[in-house]
Amino acid sequence: MNSMKIFVAFILALITSTVFSQTQKFSFKQFEPKLHLKNDTTYVINFWATWCVPCRKEMPAFVELQEKYKNKKLKILLVSLDFPNQADKLIFPFKKKYNIQSEIILLNDPDSNSWIDKVDNTWSGAIPATLVYNARFRKFYEQSFTYDELESIVKPIL
Amino acid sequence: MQKLLFLTLGFLLAINTVQAGDGYSVGDKASDFKLKNVDGKTVSLSDYTDAKGFIVIFTCNDCPYAKAYQDRIIALDKKYKAKGYPVIAINPNNPEVSPGDSYKNMQQRAKEKSYTFPYLFDEKFEVYKTYGATRTPHVFLLKKENKDLVVSYIGTIDDNYQDPGKVQQQYLANAVESLIAGKSPDPEMTKAIGCTIKQK
Repeated sequence: MNSMKIFVAFILALITSTVFSQTQKFSFKQFEPKLHLKNDTTYVINFWATWCVPCRKEMPAFVELQEKYKNKKLKILLVSLDFPNQADKLIFPFKKKYNIQSEIILLNDPDSNSWIDKVDNTWSGAIPATLVYNARFRKFYEQSFTYDELESIVKPIL
Repeated sequence: MQKLLFLTLGFLLAINTVQAGDGYSVGDKASDFKLKNVDGKTVSLSDYTDAKGFIVIFTCNDCPYAKAYQDRIIALDKKYKAKGYPVIAINPNNPEVSPGDSYKNMQQRAKEKSYTFPYLFDEKFEVYKTYGATRTPHVFLLKKENKDLVVSYIGTIDDNYQDPGKVQQQYLANAVESLIAGKSPDPEMTKAIGCTIKQK
Protein backbone atom coordinates (compact mmCIF):
# COMPACT_ATOMS: atom_id res chain seq x y z
CA MET A 1 0.00 0.00 0.00
CA ASN A 2 2.79 2.31 0.96
CA SER A 3 4.67 1.59 -2.21
CA MET A 4 1.48 2.40 -4.09
CA LYS A 5 1.37 5.84 -2.44
CA ILE A 6 4.98 6.46 -3.32
CA PHE A 7 4.27 5.40 -6.85
CA VAL A 8 1.31 7.80 -7.14
CA ALA A 9 3.36 10.63 -5.63
CA PHE A 10 6.13 9.88 -8.09
CA ILE A 11 3.74 9.97 -11.04
CA LEU A 12 2.22 13.23 -9.79
CA ALA A 13 5.64 14.79 -9.41
CA LEU A 14 6.53 13.67 -12.90
CA ILE A 15 3.37 15.16 -14.38
CA THR A 16 3.87 18.43 -12.49
CA SER A 17 7.48 18.80 -13.57
CA THR A 18 6.49 18.11 -17.16
CA VAL A 19 3.75 20.72 -17.04
CA PHE A 20 6.06 23.32 -15.57
CA SER A 21 8.86 22.68 -17.99
CA GLN A 22 6.61 23.02 -21.01
CA THR A 23 6.39 26.28 -22.86
CA GLN A 24 3.03 27.20 -24.26
CA LYS A 25 2.98 26.77 -28.02
CA PHE A 26 1.16 29.20 -30.29
CA SER A 27 0.35 29.26 -33.96
CA PHE A 28 0.67 32.74 -35.42
CA LYS A 29 -3.09 33.10 -35.49
CA GLN A 30 -3.27 32.36 -31.78
CA PHE A 31 -0.39 34.70 -31.07
CA GLU A 32 -1.41 37.65 -33.26
CA PRO A 33 -3.84 39.34 -30.80
CA LYS A 34 -0.89 39.87 -28.44
CA LEU A 35 0.54 42.30 -30.99
CA HIS A 36 -2.53 44.53 -30.83
CA LEU A 37 -3.69 44.71 -27.22
CA LYS A 38 -5.47 47.93 -26.42
CA ASN A 39 -5.03 48.91 -22.78
CA ASP A 40 -2.76 51.05 -20.62
CA THR A 41 0.16 48.59 -20.55
CA THR A 42 3.36 48.95 -22.56
CA TYR A 43 4.39 45.74 -24.30
CA VAL A 44 7.92 44.73 -25.19
CA ILE A 45 7.81 41.66 -27.42
CA ASN A 46 11.16 40.09 -28.11
CA PHE A 47 11.65 37.44 -30.81
CA TRP A 48 14.52 35.15 -29.91
CA ALA A 49 15.78 31.57 -29.73
CA THR A 50 18.12 29.71 -27.38
CA TRP A 51 20.47 28.95 -30.31
CA CYS A 52 20.72 32.62 -31.33
CA VAL A 53 23.94 34.07 -29.94
CA PRO A 54 23.01 37.79 -30.12
CA CYS A 55 19.64 36.92 -28.52
CA ARG A 56 21.36 35.27 -25.58
CA LYS A 57 23.66 38.24 -25.26
CA GLU A 58 20.84 40.77 -24.98
CA MET A 59 18.60 38.64 -22.73
CA PRO A 60 19.97 40.13 -19.46
CA ALA A 61 18.84 43.56 -20.68
CA PHE A 62 15.23 42.34 -20.85
CA VAL A 63 15.53 40.63 -17.46
CA GLU A 64 16.88 43.84 -15.93
CA LEU A 65 14.17 45.96 -17.53
CA GLN A 66 11.45 43.70 -16.17
CA GLU A 67 12.98 43.79 -12.71
CA LYS A 68 13.50 47.56 -12.62
CA TYR A 69 10.01 48.41 -13.86
CA LYS A 70 8.09 45.60 -12.19
CA ASN A 71 5.81 48.12 -10.48
CA LYS A 72 5.00 49.85 -13.77
CA LYS A 73 2.53 48.79 -16.40
CA LEU A 74 5.12 47.03 -18.49
CA LYS A 75 4.89 43.53 -19.87
CA ILE A 76 7.79 41.79 -21.51
CA LEU A 77 6.85 38.83 -23.65
CA LEU A 78 9.62 36.58 -24.91
CA VAL A 79 8.59 34.83 -28.09
CA SER A 80 10.85 31.86 -28.72
CA LEU A 81 11.43 30.64 -32.26
CA ASP A 82 13.23 27.53 -31.10
CA PHE A 83 12.63 24.33 -33.01
CA PRO A 84 9.56 22.79 -31.31
CA ASN A 85 11.12 19.35 -30.93
CA GLN A 86 13.92 20.83 -28.80
CA ALA A 87 12.08 23.70 -27.16
CA ASP A 88 11.01 22.05 -23.90
CA LYS A 89 14.44 20.64 -23.33
CA LEU A 90 16.18 23.97 -24.02
CA ILE A 91 13.88 26.73 -22.81
CA PHE A 92 13.34 25.65 -19.21
CA PRO A 93 17.07 25.53 -18.30
CA PHE A 94 17.54 28.79 -20.20
CA LYS A 95 14.82 30.44 -18.14
CA LYS A 96 16.48 29.30 -14.92
CA LYS A 97 19.97 30.27 -16.02
CA TYR A 98 18.98 33.83 -16.94
CA ASN A 99 16.51 34.11 -14.05
CA ILE A 100 13.71 35.09 -16.43
CA GLN A 101 10.48 36.13 -14.74
CA SER A 102 8.78 37.32 -17.93
CA GLU A 103 6.39 35.15 -19.86
CA ILE A 104 7.93 32.92 -22.53
CA ILE A 105 5.88 31.43 -25.32
CA LEU A 106 6.88 29.33 -28.29
CA LEU A 107 5.74 30.53 -31.69
CA ASN A 108 5.46 27.36 -33.71
CA ASP A 109 4.41 28.31 -37.20
CA PRO A 110 7.00 27.21 -39.76
CA ASP A 111 5.58 29.16 -42.72
CA SER A 112 7.10 32.38 -41.43
CA ASN A 113 6.68 34.08 -44.81
CA SER A 114 2.95 34.15 -44.09
CA TRP A 115 3.29 36.06 -40.82
CA ILE A 116 6.53 38.11 -40.69
CA ASP A 117 4.88 41.10 -42.39
CA LYS A 118 2.01 40.92 -39.90
CA VAL A 119 4.45 41.52 -37.06
CA ASP A 120 6.05 44.39 -38.96
CA ASN A 121 6.50 44.84 -42.68
CA THR A 122 10.05 46.17 -42.25
CA TRP A 123 11.18 42.92 -40.61
CA SER A 124 13.45 40.81 -42.82
CA GLY A 125 13.04 37.78 -40.54
CA ALA A 126 16.41 37.95 -38.79
CA ILE A 127 16.47 37.57 -35.02
CA PRO A 128 16.78 39.09 -32.47
CA ALA A 129 13.98 41.53 -33.18
CA THR A 130 11.78 43.47 -30.79
CA LEU A 131 8.41 45.20 -30.98
CA VAL A 132 7.65 47.93 -28.44
CA TYR A 133 4.11 49.25 -28.28
CA ASN A 134 1.37 50.77 -26.22
CA ALA A 135 -1.72 52.84 -26.97
CA ARG A 136 0.36 55.83 -28.16
CA PHE A 137 3.58 54.26 -29.44
CA ARG A 138 4.57 51.48 -31.79
CA LYS A 139 8.03 50.70 -33.14
CA PHE A 140 9.80 47.63 -34.43
CA TYR A 141 13.54 47.05 -34.05
CA GLU A 142 15.49 44.47 -36.07
CA GLN A 143 18.60 44.76 -33.90
CA SER A 144 20.23 43.77 -30.62
CA PHE A 145 19.90 45.92 -27.54
CA THR A 146 22.05 46.95 -24.63
CA TYR A 147 20.19 47.70 -21.42
CA ASP A 148 20.65 51.45 -21.84
CA GLU A 149 19.33 51.42 -25.41
CA LEU A 150 16.29 49.44 -24.35
CA GLU A 151 15.55 51.61 -21.33
CA SER A 152 15.91 54.80 -23.36
CA ILE A 153 13.06 53.59 -25.58
CA VAL A 154 10.78 52.20 -22.90
CA LYS A 155 11.20 54.67 -20.03
CA PRO A 156 9.79 57.75 -21.82
CA ILE A 157 6.63 55.93 -22.95
CA LEU A 158 5.67 54.22 -19.67
CA MET B 1 28.85 79.59 -52.39
CA GLN B 2 25.15 78.98 -51.87
CA LYS B 3 25.13 76.85 -54.98
CA LEU B 4 27.93 74.76 -53.59
CA LEU B 5 26.05 74.35 -50.35
CA PHE B 6 22.96 73.12 -52.17
CA LEU B 7 25.03 70.79 -54.28
CA THR B 8 26.65 69.35 -51.18
CA LEU B 9 23.29 69.01 -49.49
CA GLY B 10 21.82 67.31 -52.52
CA PHE B 11 24.78 64.97 -52.68
CA LEU B 12 24.42 64.05 -49.01
CA LEU B 13 20.71 63.41 -49.49
CA ALA B 14 21.48 61.20 -52.46
CA ILE B 15 23.93 59.17 -50.39
CA ASN B 16 21.33 58.80 -47.67
CA THR B 17 18.73 57.56 -50.11
CA VAL B 18 21.10 54.94 -51.41
CA GLN B 19 21.82 53.77 -47.88
CA ALA B 20 18.15 53.60 -46.98
CA GLY B 21 17.50 51.33 -49.94
CA ASP B 22 20.38 49.01 -49.02
CA GLY B 23 20.61 45.90 -51.14
CA TYR B 24 18.79 44.59 -54.16
CA SER B 25 15.13 44.50 -55.03
CA VAL B 26 13.63 42.27 -57.70
CA GLY B 27 14.42 43.76 -61.10
CA ASP B 28 17.77 45.22 -60.05
CA LYS B 29 20.96 44.31 -61.86
CA ALA B 30 23.23 42.29 -59.61
CA SER B 31 26.98 42.74 -59.61
CA ASP B 32 29.45 39.93 -60.02
CA PHE B 33 32.04 39.14 -57.34
CA LYS B 34 35.29 37.35 -56.88
CA LEU B 35 35.38 35.21 -53.75
CA LYS B 36 37.49 32.40 -52.40
CA ASN B 37 35.98 28.93 -52.60
CA VAL B 38 36.62 26.13 -50.09
CA ASP B 39 39.07 24.58 -52.57
CA GLY B 40 41.26 27.69 -52.41
CA LYS B 41 40.36 28.89 -55.92
CA THR B 42 38.44 32.10 -56.56
CA VAL B 43 35.02 31.98 -58.15
CA SER B 44 33.14 34.62 -60.14
CA LEU B 45 29.75 34.37 -61.77
CA SER B 46 31.42 35.30 -65.07
CA ASP B 47 33.27 31.95 -64.92
CA TYR B 48 29.99 30.23 -65.74
CA THR B 49 29.65 31.07 -69.40
CA ASP B 50 26.94 28.47 -70.01
CA ALA B 51 24.75 29.32 -67.03
CA LYS B 52 21.33 30.87 -67.63
CA GLY B 53 21.32 32.27 -64.12
CA PHE B 54 22.32 31.58 -60.54
CA ILE B 55 20.84 30.55 -57.24
CA VAL B 56 22.94 32.68 -54.89
CA ILE B 57 22.40 31.62 -51.29
CA PHE B 58 23.91 33.43 -48.31
CA THR B 59 24.28 30.68 -45.76
CA CYS B 60 26.71 29.46 -43.12
CA ASN B 61 27.82 26.53 -40.99
CA ASP B 62 26.46 27.37 -37.59
CA CYS B 63 22.90 28.66 -37.98
CA PRO B 64 20.28 25.97 -37.24
CA TYR B 65 18.12 27.20 -40.14
CA ALA B 66 21.09 26.99 -42.49
CA LYS B 67 21.76 23.46 -41.23
CA ALA B 68 18.11 22.51 -41.67
CA TYR B 69 18.37 23.49 -45.34
CA GLN B 70 21.79 21.97 -46.18
CA ASP B 71 20.46 18.83 -47.82
CA ARG B 72 17.73 20.73 -49.65
CA ILE B 73 20.34 23.12 -51.07
CA ILE B 74 22.39 20.18 -52.36
CA ALA B 75 19.25 18.72 -53.98
CA LEU B 76 18.40 22.09 -55.58
CA ASP B 77 21.90 22.37 -57.01
CA LYS B 78 21.83 18.86 -58.42
CA LYS B 79 18.47 19.47 -60.04
CA TYR B 80 18.96 22.97 -61.41
CA LYS B 81 22.65 23.01 -62.30
CA ALA B 82 21.74 20.71 -65.18
CA LYS B 83 19.09 23.20 -66.26
CA GLY B 84 21.46 26.17 -66.21
CA TYR B 85 20.89 27.48 -62.69
CA PRO B 86 23.71 26.37 -60.37
CA VAL B 87 23.80 27.12 -56.65
CA ILE B 88 26.48 29.53 -55.43
CA ALA B 89 26.66 29.49 -51.61
CA ILE B 90 28.30 32.39 -49.78
CA ASN B 91 29.18 32.57 -46.10
CA PRO B 92 28.92 36.23 -44.97
CA ASN B 93 29.72 35.70 -41.28
CA ASN B 94 32.74 37.10 -39.51
CA PRO B 95 34.55 34.16 -37.86
CA GLU B 96 35.77 36.47 -35.10
CA VAL B 97 32.15 36.75 -34.01
CA SER B 98 31.06 33.28 -35.07
CA PRO B 99 34.06 30.91 -34.89
CA GLY B 100 32.03 28.01 -36.28
CA ASP B 101 31.90 29.87 -39.58
CA SER B 102 35.65 30.10 -40.16
CA TYR B 103 37.10 29.27 -43.56
CA LYS B 104 38.56 26.07 -42.14
CA ASN B 105 35.18 25.02 -40.77
CA MET B 106 33.58 25.87 -44.11
CA GLN B 107 36.05 23.53 -45.82
CA GLN B 108 35.23 20.81 -43.35
CA ARG B 109 31.47 21.19 -43.80
CA ALA B 110 31.75 21.20 -47.59
CA LYS B 111 33.73 17.97 -47.35
CA GLU B 112 31.45 16.27 -44.83
CA LYS B 113 28.32 17.07 -46.80
CA SER B 114 30.01 16.60 -50.21
CA TYR B 115 28.78 19.98 -51.42
CA THR B 116 28.19 19.89 -55.15
CA PHE B 117 28.39 23.69 -55.39
CA PRO B 118 30.98 26.34 -54.54
CA TYR B 119 30.89 27.48 -50.93
CA LEU B 120 32.49 30.92 -50.96
CA PHE B 121 33.78 33.09 -48.16
CA ASP B 122 32.75 36.75 -48.23
CA GLU B 123 36.10 37.60 -46.69
CA LYS B 124 35.77 41.38 -46.86
CA PHE B 125 32.11 41.25 -45.83
CA GLU B 126 31.11 43.33 -48.83
CA VAL B 127 29.12 41.08 -51.14
CA TYR B 128 26.33 40.37 -48.66
CA LYS B 129 25.94 44.13 -48.11
CA THR B 130 25.76 44.84 -51.83
CA TYR B 131 23.09 42.17 -52.21
CA GLY B 132 21.26 43.21 -49.06
CA ALA B 133 21.32 39.83 -47.35
CA THR B 134 20.29 40.14 -43.70
CA ARG B 135 20.03 36.55 -42.55
CA THR B 136 21.08 33.00 -43.29
CA PRO B 137 19.83 31.37 -45.39
CA HIS B 138 18.86 34.21 -47.74
CA VAL B 139 18.36 33.45 -51.43
CA PHE B 140 18.88 35.73 -54.46
CA LEU B 141 17.87 34.15 -57.75
CA LEU B 142 19.58 35.77 -60.71
CA LYS B 143 18.70 35.52 -64.38
CA LYS B 144 21.12 36.26 -67.19
CA GLU B 145 19.75 38.78 -69.64
CA ASN B 146 22.30 39.58 -72.33
CA LYS B 147 25.24 40.62 -70.18
CA ASP B 148 23.24 41.53 -67.12
CA LEU B 149 22.33 39.49 -64.08
CA VAL B 150 18.80 40.46 -63.13
CA VAL B 151 17.54 39.74 -59.62
CA SER B 152 14.39 37.68 -60.18
CA TYR B 153 13.46 36.31 -56.77
CA ILE B 154 14.55 37.12 -53.22
CA GLY B 155 13.69 35.19 -50.12
CA THR B 156 13.42 31.76 -48.63
CA ILE B 157 13.68 28.23 -50.02
CA ASP B 158 10.29 26.86 -48.98
CA ASP B 159 7.57 27.22 -46.35
CA ASN B 160 8.69 24.64 -43.79
CA TYR B 161 12.22 24.75 -42.39
CA GLN B 162 11.32 22.07 -39.82
CA ASP B 163 10.25 19.27 -42.07
CA PRO B 164 10.94 18.92 -45.80
CA GLY B 165 8.12 16.37 -45.91
CA LYS B 166 5.57 18.98 -44.87
CA VAL B 167 6.52 21.64 -47.40
CA GLN B 168 3.50 23.06 -49.23
CA GLN B 169 5.19 25.83 -51.20
CA GLN B 170 8.54 25.28 -52.93
CA TYR B 171 9.11 29.02 -53.33
CA LEU B 172 12.62 28.84 -54.75
CA ALA B 173 12.14 25.79 -56.96
CA ASN B 174 8.91 27.34 -58.33
CA ALA B 175 10.77 30.58 -59.05
CA VAL B 176 13.50 28.73 -60.97
CA GLU B 177 10.88 26.75 -62.89
CA SER B 178 9.18 30.03 -63.79
CA LEU B 179 12.42 31.43 -65.19
CA ILE B 180 13.01 28.23 -67.18
CA ALA B 181 9.48 28.57 -68.57
CA GLY B 182 10.20 32.19 -69.50
CA LYS B 183 7.87 33.61 -66.86
CA SER B 184 8.34 35.89 -63.88
CA PRO B 185 8.39 34.19 -60.49
CA ASP B 186 5.29 34.60 -58.36
CA PRO B 187 5.79 35.39 -55.54
CA GLU B 188 8.95 37.28 -56.42
CA MET B 189 9.74 37.91 -52.77
CA THR B 190 9.28 35.92 -49.57
CA LYS B 191 10.53 36.26 -46.02
CA ALA B 192 11.62 33.76 -43.40
CA ILE B 193 13.01 33.64 -39.91
CA GLY B 194 16.74 33.22 -40.02
CA CYS B 195 19.94 33.92 -38.14
CA THR B 196 21.33 37.41 -38.31
CA ILE B 197 24.52 37.79 -40.27
CA LYS B 198 27.26 37.84 -37.68
CA GLN B 199 29.37 40.98 -37.89
CA LYS B 200 31.15 43.18 -35.38
